[in-house]
Amino acid sequence: MNKPTIGILYDRIRWEEKELASRLESRGALAQMIDAKMQVLPLDSSRFDSIPELVLGRCVSYYRGLNIASTFEAHGIRIINSSEVLELCGNKLLTSQILSKNGIATPKTVVAFSSESAMQAIETIGFPCVMKPIVGSWGRQVVPIRDRETAEALIEMREQQADSMQTIFYIQEMIKRPPRDIRCIAVGDDVVTSVYRYAADDSWKTNVALGGRTEPCRLTSELEDIVLRAARAVGGGILGVDVMEREGEYVVHEVNGTVEFKGAQTSTDLSIADRMVEYALSLEQISAEKAATSAQA
Amino acid sequence: MEAKCLECDASVKIEVDAVIGEIVSCPDCGADYEVASLGNGTVTIKTAESVKEDWGE
Repeated sequence: MNKPTIGILYDRIRWEEKELASRLESRGALAQMIDAKMQVLPLDSSRFDSIPELVLGRCVSYYRGLNIASTFEAHGIRIINSSEVLELCGNKLLTSQILSKNGIATPKTVVAFSSESAMQAIETIGFPCVMKPIVGSWGRQVVPIRDRETAEALIEMREQQADSMQTIFYIQEMIKRPPRDIRCIAVGDDVVTSVYRYAADDSWKTNVALGGRTEPCRLTSELEDIVLRAARAVGGGILGVDVMEREGEYVVHEVNGTVEFKGAQTSTDLSIADRMVEYALSLEQISAEKAATSAQA
Repeated sequence: MEAKCLECDASVKIEVDAVIGEIVSCPDCGADYEVASLGNGTVTIKTAESVKEDWGE
């Protein structure tokens, strides 16, 4: 019997991608590394013969990952996560909308679409609040706004940028939380790990990419429930769900479609990559069985 | 294995378990490189992409 082959679509090989490849091989599968930067994909092909039928999407560039995912899907290749999931997770405005629509607690958010209306959005939330770009990660351009003067300066700075995305103002209430948030990793129908992320000493942002540290966090049934509901709301797959604690309740503020897990791995004995690989192989097996059944019919 | 930094000509050490696509940095000037090819004890590197606005999770 042929070994199952799973593609790993990357544009930069980090620890996570090496770990996924290693775990695939440990489970007797082949990992085919696919450099997204080097793909040339004729859209009139019926399928891309060199690409396996199931691919784990691991691009660090959101737009590259999203567009190559939709191209693969159009040619019958299944990618985890799907382009639909990536789009919902990669755009904070869409994420907020889908969380609210599904009744999942999330910070109060107001959005405005010009510098002229931005101050009104900020005043609607009140001070302190947080301004975020709708696309972006690692805490970039996430700014706490504590007074009107800061708000005016930020609006002016954004207005002068050539990028039209800078005049979409996504304003969120600042949650009164402990100096930490919770990163949960959902794989299919399971929450495989939950860790606290503490901000570095000189920062209020908890991103591990900015020097935040992790500690184990007990997965309560309430936490598991809200994480799985958030994961399902965006379409499911392999997701990093970020949760804040607010006066005894959980609030989901972000769902990450291409989750980094090096930081979380330091706080758990379980191999996060192995759980991701197990999930991918189970989907690959289902696809292979379906293909065999339809071939027999 | 070693490669030469394209900026400052310093030696950039490549670990034996390196894979194509991995990022290595020049110890002298800090320039980032991507491992482009590996084989028979030789390695080639190319300038790595710089961080873009849409990079992340």
